[in-house]
Amino acid sequence: MHPKVKTDSEARVADLAIQARDLTRTFGAFTAVDHITFEVRAGEVFGFLGANGAGKTTAIRMLTGLLAPSGGDATVAGHDVRREGEAIKRDIGYMSQRFSLYDDLTVRENIQLYGGIYDLSGTEIRDRTQRMLARLGLEHVEREPVHAIPLGWKQKLALSVALLHEPKIVFLDEPTSGVDPITRRQFWELIYETAHTGTTVLVTTHYMDEAEYCDRISIMVAGRIDAMGTPAELKQQAGVDSIDELFVRLARPAGGRAAQQAGA
Amino acid sequence: MSESTAVVAQGLTKRFDTTVALDNVSFSIAPGELFGFIGPDGAGKTTLFRILATLLIPDAGQARVLGSDVVKDLWTLRSQIGYMPGRFSLYPDLSVEENLRFFASVFGTTIEREYKQIAPIYSQLEPFKTRRAAALSGGMKQKLALCCALVHRPRLLLLDEPTTGVDAVSRREFWDLLGTFKTSGLTIVVSTPYMDEANRCDRVALVQRGHILAVDTPRAITASFDRPLFAVRSSNRYDSLHALREYANTKSVYPFGEALHFADARDDVAPEQIAREASAFLGEHGIADANVTRTDPTIEDTFIARMGAPEGEDRQRGARG
Repeated sequence: MHPKVKTDSEARVADLAIQARDLTRTFGAFTAVDHITFEVRAGEVFGFLGANGAGKTTAIRMLTGLLAPSGGDATVAGHDVRREGEAIKRDIGYMSQRFSLYDDLTVRENIQLYGGIYDLSGTEIRDRTQRMLARLGLEHVEREPVHAIPLGWKQKLALSVALLHEPKIVFLDEPTSGVDPITRRQFWELIYETAHTGTTVLVTTHYMDEAEYCDRISIMVAGRIDAMGTPAELKQQAGVDSIDELFVRLARPAGGRAAQQAGA
Repeated sequence: MSESTAVVAQGLTKRFDTTVALDNVSFSIAPGELFGFIGPDGAGKTTLFRILATLLIPDAGQARVLGSDVVKDLWTLRSQIGYMPGRFSLYPDLSVEENLRFFASVFGTTIEREYKQIAPIYSQLEPFKTRRAAALSGGMKQKLALCCALVHRPRLLLLDEPTTGVDAVSRREFWDLLGTFKTSGLTIVVSTPYMDEANRCDRVALVQRGHILAVDTPRAITASFDRPLFAVRSSNRYDSLHALREYANTKSVYPFGEALHFADARDDVAPEQIAREASAFLGEHGIADANVTRTDPTIEDTFIARMGAPEGEDRQRGARG
């Protein structure tokens, strides 16, 4: 969907926002992430799918510099995840449905707080706050506590706050749970806009139809990436009508590797 | 009073401070039906389920469940219904088996006595019966909660968002289980924010901000979509969307999976012509490879068409919220 799509051979290292090679993490005898290799290009909307317990969260914790890999390598925005965790944190944004905003602070205070955490100057914080409020149409509630505004507004605000320090990559962890279908689409338009300006978006979701909004997706099963490509490619290869069907086929624990982790 | 209806609600209204959680809601559910309330957070689903489960008293209106009034006959009713709240409400420090044993004992029965009733689900949990509930996966937690809601052999199940936050595979397994229990004649009332789950229900109510937008079979609801719907595919979805927003004949356009869904505002134009003209319009606006084809509306398309403004937008326009 974006004009900057290139074939794999054309994509150069400089265009890669994320590069993981045989990335692995074990906890005792349990292998949570098992030699995953993938690349995400700059400006791409990449859907990171998998059943609960498939290893997505562990993989994301490694990519965000919060957890050391047991094996393999990864670079995020050009920084090594083992040695340059602090540099990674400056270049990424993170939004999760649950923990992104402080409910008792006002809309404006939340933005200012994040600006302070990321060391923006007073002028930068003022300018970006004003621009963000105008773009989201939230000027009329800037002095209201976050708990008093609708969930859909909170989600848009949380995404914008995660982008306040102009990161190269933003990680979105189930960003759209619980909102109405129109609000959910407005949120996806914000994601498209973000990608359009060159920021890479990595998103996890339980809505399989949302997977189809992504440029490319990967599906993790029991610690490994079992499918990766554009939604259209993957559906065509598997001969299915929806990503939901493909997901269930790959991830249903029916005697395969996933069976070992059923109930885990 | 007769049991030709399992649930009947008339004018149910409930306010919390200035928020109207349920606004004059009426519906009825037949015995043995699998009935779904489909809608986003804030639609009033949880408030409605708490009223039906005798845990909350409505400000106005009445509801009868299995012939009993939810306010006056609560003690009769409580042993006849199985309620699974939206938030995980089992004891995290007890094992799978201990949780189930506890809920059985509260209703004066035992796992052994009820084994046949719960077997389709308990057989899946038994391999993990000594595991603490806190250590179960999301999908298994929900299965245990369903098992606990079933152990006293209720005649009606109230399941409030049993599949929220659970992955697509576990969601599907959970609905398969509900299908199994439905065949035994149990009435099942379930709520969900996932529009695609509507198709698993006999009938659904689409709910939004305390109101019921529609009640019918999923097939009748999608059939009520009042105009041809088109899927627009192109290599540039973002620009196509913005172009069609400016198109004079657009009734609605929004992203839908890998395509856009587009409806034309004119009632007197043949579908083929609508497709041709929309495609030509996109061509004039720099999208040469647009492919416009007729598509079947889904529950979600119908919901979008009926819901009006999303939450808060009336406030944004300056009207009172």
